[in-house]
Amino acid sequence: MKRHLRAGRLLAVSVLLVAACGGSASPTDSDQTDAAEFEPGPLGAVVVAPGELIQIRSLNSISGDIAFLGIPNQRGVEMAIADYGPVAGREVSMGTPLDDLCSPDGGQSAAQATVADPSVIGVIGTTCSSAATAASPLISDAGMVMIAPSNTSPALTSDLAGDPSPSYHPGYYRTAHNDLFQGKAVALFVRDHLGFDTAAAIHDGDPYTQGLAEAFKDAFEELGGMVTAFTAVNKGDTDMIAALTEVAAGRPQALFFPVFMPEGGFIVQQVDGVVGLEDITLIVSAALLVDNFMELPESEGVYISGPDLRFGDNRNSITGRTAVELLDAYEAAYGEAPSGGYLGHAYDATTMLLRAIERAAVDIDGTLHIDRAQVRDELTGTSMDGIIGPIDCDLFGDCGTQRLTVLYNTDPSNIETGKNNVVFEYAP
Amino acid sequence: MDTFLWIVRVGAIILLIWGVAGTVVQGLSGRGPTGEAWRDLVVAGIAQGAMYGLIALGYSMVYGVLGFINFAHGEVFMSGGMVGFFVANYLWEVGLWETNFVLAILLVLLSSILTSTLVAVIVERIAYRPLRASPRLIPLITSIGISFFLQYTFAGLFGVAVKNYPPPPDSLRSRISLLGLEIEGSKLLVIVVAVATMVGLYLFVEKTRTGRSIRAVAEDKEIAALMGIDVNRTIVATFAVGGAMAGVAGTLWALLFRGVSFITGFLPGIKAFTAAVLGGIGNLPGAMAGGVLLGLFEGVGPQLVLAGFGIPGVSQLKDVVAFTALVLVLIFKPTGLFGERLSAEDRA
Repeated sequence: MKRHLRAGRLLAVSVLLVAACGGSASPTDSDQTDAAEFEPGPLGAVVVAPGELIQIRSLNSISGDIAFLGIPNQRGVEMAIADYGPVAGREVSMGTPLDDLCSPDGGQSAAQATVADPSVIGVIGTTCSSAATAASPLISDAGMVMIAPSNTSPALTSDLAGDPSPSYHPGYYRTAHNDLFQGKAVALFVRDHLGFDTAAAIHDGDPYTQGLAEAFKDAFEELGGMVTAFTAVNKGDTDMIAALTEVAAGRPQALFFPVFMPEGGFIVQQVDGVVGLEDITLIVSAALLVDNFMELPESEGVYISGPDLRFGDNRNSITGRTAVELLDAYEAAYGEAPSGGYLGHAYDATTMLLRAIERAAVDIDGTLHIDRAQVRDELTGTSMDGIIGPIDCDLFGDCGTQRLTVLYNTDPSNIETGKNNVVFEYAP
Repeated sequence: MDTFLWIVRVGAIILLIWGVAGTVVQGLSGRGPTGEAWRDLVVAGIAQGAMYGLIALGYSMVYGVLGFINFAHGEVFMSGGMVGFFVANYLWEVGLWETNFVLAILLVLLSSILTSTLVAVIVERIAYRPLRASPRLIPLITSIGISFFLQYTFAGLFGVAVKNYPPPPDSLRSRISLLGLEIEGSKLLVIVVAVATMVGLYLFVEKTRTGRSIRAVAEDKEIAALMGIDVNRTIVATFAVGGAMAGVAGTLWALLFRGVSFITGFLPGIKAFTAAVLGGIGNLPGAMAGGVLLGLFEGVGPQLVLAGFGIPGVSQLKDVVAFTALVLVLIFKPTGLFGERLSAEDRA
């Protein structure tokens, strides 16, 4: 009996080993293929056997405080896959949606799960820049690509002067704007539109908020303004008096705080109680373009900077879907309007990826060979019209339209007015 | 070892004096916060600390009778604030919040106290009582599990978004003159209610029959039982009183910060535990004082000490200041500022 058990265990272990070594029929890297006609590039290739699906992934913040941004992003991916249809004759699978948790550790674990599956070609995500800083090197090393719909940190691409940023890794692309442009837009708004000489900035240490606050500071000082305080709060802080007191010491005319809820809400609620800040002009970023911030009575009179969401008649040149049709289809499918502003960015990012895969795919006797380096080349050469406007990628993955606006929240009891009340626009 | 400790103590004092001196020099040269700003920092620190103190009472009371740290107590506090939000929102919608704020806030306070008390008692009955004979590490780890369970139960029931209480009336948002100091009304109210609650609790524990039972059970459960005290009932009463204090803190939190979410209890819970240790674990006046001091360290410490070294963005370092202060206090006085109160078994 014992001998039978031992033999059974040996058999089970052997089966597992064979499976682990690639003995299954699932897609594998081309190093293990014998396709004589196809020469994979330096990053290898994905082989999709007949009847198998093309695998991409959605890696967005679908739980926690930032789910309001991540869930529409994920739905944008689903809608684009459905609209695009088969890629080189194969259906596309998004797999199980992954969660970046809007944090470096969340981004890292989701990326590790992604790169563990060699059949995955690319990822649409992450939602947050902090998650991307951890996910991007893993995705890049695995030869995959990622296209982020809502990462805006300058640290992920380049300084826009031809030098890569410290956290740039080949294979990273984004349809969202670069915050160097947003920093410039806010600086121009404060300096030229409002006519202020002094301003202060508060961030929360997150790569997105810190990067944007620094971009604003640099641009404002370049325009001849003076940043009287540049400070930070912690995520999870409730008492903002200490940070606001630090700001008040320099008596600035404007305060820019590109942080999220709930910290942004605590700042607007407490700013009136700090001596010296009674008349200060408050400016936030799109991170606070959310209902539960804009509905606060204290958010009346706050300016909100962010991407230009007036998509009008823009049409995605790959699927033919217009911005209006996309919003209508979204509401019909999910029973609500998108809670975040990056649905179009996610939709366009997915169509970019699917077209790059289709162009890189080589069909040999019914088996698809998709060269990973070719997918990157196709993405880098992207030039198309999207829901968000013209999309052209630079060498470091910035593909978005870079059109930015500043909104003015005039009526917290009717926030739709504020969401459409553009008082300043910037397009480099 | 003693020599090393003395070096740390002397080094800490030198750094402290250096930092404060640097801040004073900055102030004299007109670069630091104004006198009004210092006043606001102190008041905000005391108000925040008063809430830490109220929550810390729950930690200290449970530690006193059962000898373990109930890490789910932060969520007991959150549950009161969360249910209070729905009551406040309803009262806002029907107009009572604006027409009779005093009655409205009393109803919110009542709902918050009832919720926190109920949650604390249920947690004790379901999670801790079956483990009472186990080693202390077991209920401690269970309390961490309960903490996450409560967080995600509330997230599942009410969603993850921050819920904003309706704004308080203008009278609470404007400044009130007290002894020549202009203090924001809501902060003054928070401090007054917290102090009154703390005094009430102290009198309850010292003067009432139930309070004496709690003290007796904290001293020695077996002898208390032999003297005719119902230990189970007394432990439930301890959790209930701790929960009620957390419920009061939940409403004061709403008056001060207005936003609650499922993770609202986590950080204040950790800070309140720190406050309990700072004041001397098991010691109720110690927990109250520890809370207020921790709030002050957080509120004033970064500007007073770190700004003097020319460190930019000192506000983000307030947790560093608070926890460094805790370490320093424990280095100078290992049993906390007011001394620990341990049971006979622990003293042995």
